[in-house]
Amino acid sequence: MISARDISKRYGAVQALEGVSLDLAPGEVVALVGDNGAGKSTLVKIISGAVSPDSGGLFIDGEPVHVGNPHDAQRLGISTVYQDLALCENLDVVANLFLGSERRRLSFLNHIQMERSARDLLTSLDVRIRDIRVPVAMLSGGQRQSVAIARALIGEPRLVILDEPTAALGVEQTAQVLDLIRRLRERGLAVLLISHNLADVRAVSDRVVVLRLGRNAGEFRTADASQEAIVAAITGAAA
Amino acid sequence: MTNPTALVRKPYTPKEAVERLRHGDLGAWPVAGALIVIAIVFGSLNEHFLSSENLTNLALQMAATGTISLGIIMVLLLGEIDLSAGSVSGLCAVVMAILSERLHWNPLLAILAALVAGALVGLLHGLMFTRIRMPSFVVTLAGLIGWQGLLLYLLGSGGIINLPFDGFVAKLSDTWLPAWAAWTLTAGLVAVYAASGVISRRRRVAAELPVTAMWWLSARVGGLAVVLAGAVLVMSADRGVPLLLVIFGTLVVVFDLILRHTTFGRWMYAVGGNVEAARRAGINVTRIRVLAFVLSSVLAAFGGILSASRLSAVNQGSGGSDILLMAIAAAVIGGTSLFGGRGRTYAALLGILVIQSITNGMFLLSVDSSVRYMVTAAVLALAVAIDSLARRGNAT
Ligand SMILES: Nc1ncnc2c1ncn2[C@@H]1O[C@H](COP(=O)(O)OP(=O)(O)OP(=O)(O)O)[C@@H](O)[C@H]1O
Ligand SMILES: [Mg+2]
Repeated sequence: MISARDISKRYGAVQALEGVSLDLAPGEVVALVGDNGAGKSTLVKIISGAVSPDSGGLFIDGEPVHVGNPHDAQRLGISTVYQDLALCENLDVVANLFLGSERRRLSFLNHIQMERSARDLLTSLDVRIRDIRVPVAMLSGGQRQSVAIARALIGEPRLVILDEPTAALGVEQTAQVLDLIRRLRERGLAVLLISHNLADVRAVSDRVVVLRLGRNAGEFRTADASQEAIVAAITGAAA
Repeated sequence: MTNPTALVRKPYTPKEAVERLRHGDLGAWPVAGALIVIAIVFGSLNEHFLSSENLTNLALQMAATGTISLGIIMVLLLGEIDLSAGSVSGLCAVVMAILSERLHWNPLLAILAALVAGALVGLLHGLMFTRIRMPSFVVTLAGLIGWQGLLLYLLGSGGIINLPFDGFVAKLSDTWLPAWAAWTLTAGLVAVYAASGVISRRRRVAAELPVTAMWWLSARVGGLAVVLAGAVLVMSADRGVPLLLVIFGTLVVVFDLILRHTTFGRWMYAVGGNVEAARRAGINVTRIRVLAFVLSSVLAAFGGILSASRLSAVNQGSGGSDILLMAIAAAVIGGTSLFGGRGRTYAALLGILVIQSITNGMFLLSVDSSVRYMVTAAVLALAVAIDSLARRGNAT
């Protein structure tokens, strides 16, 4: 269980987050929703170590942990898939999956071991790419997003954060990515999904956490919550 | 070898092949085509063009600018440019000549010192680019002028330093492999290539990874054997295979292996493809960039030394005139993308072969250099056009 407790963060005059808490359990997909500027990205940046909070902190299984930079977060098993894909389009799928953590002997790449692991990983996630040795530039948007998500699993994380993973995708490709998210849950990973698309959120999440103006503004079990209740929490109409 | 369970990678369907072409995966085919056209055109216009003697001269002329071009590829891969390579090659050749001729250093030591000087120049460029964040274009444009100035200053009023014809440096470009050595080298290269292909194929089969068909591997080995043997045959009919060509070829192969099989090479391509992605993946982008500029300048320095060796002298024109543009043009014509992240070191070899053949052929036909410049420019423009179109194809 990874928890963020009482997180506050101020940017100059803007109080981006104020006393926000969030629990992320293994095998659970939590959707983080909220209007533009609600503080979703800021919270994600704090959990993934890109930004330090003014107060509050992270706890893993109840123990406080220090996350000073993205490297710390990765070491603790927190892996982030950014909104802009962060893939190298000129490199092939294998190279992208292992970028920065290449399997090697001394400085020499172990191509075969990486390709074998890449195939196994993609097969286990049911990501279908005909030839994983072609440059990523030649893949469809959904395949690229799948590669970006698979890439987050290379370091055997416990939490995967996905920032707007379906924003740029068509219907069919969105379905592919949502399937992939379900498979992350089956693997026992904690998943934090940020999305503006309530249909996606309802399709794939177990729990919905709403932020509004930098504060916790409601939490729902997806199965029990109506779309209206979630929208009301987002817009503040209920308050 | 014929493992029935081996997954053989299927050849591309015509549709996929077209798709690959649209994305700029043309490989070496356009250059190979250009070379054939050049051979036919000049060969039919002048019977001397395809003679052993002339082709051997061509091989000799390629090495210096080709080595500089190899350095240019290192920065082009990052999507940057090095305009100083010509000046740096001249400067370092002058450094070498002063140390060995005026100060009577051991020539090997003088060469080493010149390469170190090149490394320092590249380090300076790299730091100005990464720390001060000056555009590489500006940094190396300043280098182009500044290092030329330093060269003139070092040469002083004399303006020329002759290298003794029987000295080590001059001998570099007047050493020819005896036939037995050339054939042994050829056989060795083909054997190593075939063995590495077979071994990697076996390991892939063992790891249950798809492999390319055996006939394709055989065809590639056969192709390499034919090309190398042809080159050796032609050059042996004249003076033999020039040592200079062997040196240049070795550099091309070694840097290709480094780029494709080490983390450093992988990260070069990554930085050239998407800096932000590389940075997020934990790659030290600054270090890669600085190293690329260092490599570029060191290779330029080495090219300058080879050029001085051919001329048996360094003078105020060393590294000047069209050397820089030829080196850049060679890299691009050979298929290195100006936009970064795409290209292999063989581009230096193939590109310089195209340019040098055109130069050499027109020289034989006594075409005025004005025409030669225009033809080279047209070839370069064509290469950049292909590159740009490929990039557009990539973007969509
Ligand atoms: N680096 C920054 N400097 C100053 N203000 C910032 C910075 N980052 C975020 N903010 C402010 O903090 C608030 C929360 O921003 P945040 O990006 O977390 O919202 P969000 O929920 O991700 O919005 P969106 O849905 O548009 O992505 C906004 O008012 C924003 O302007
Ligand atoms: Mg955001």
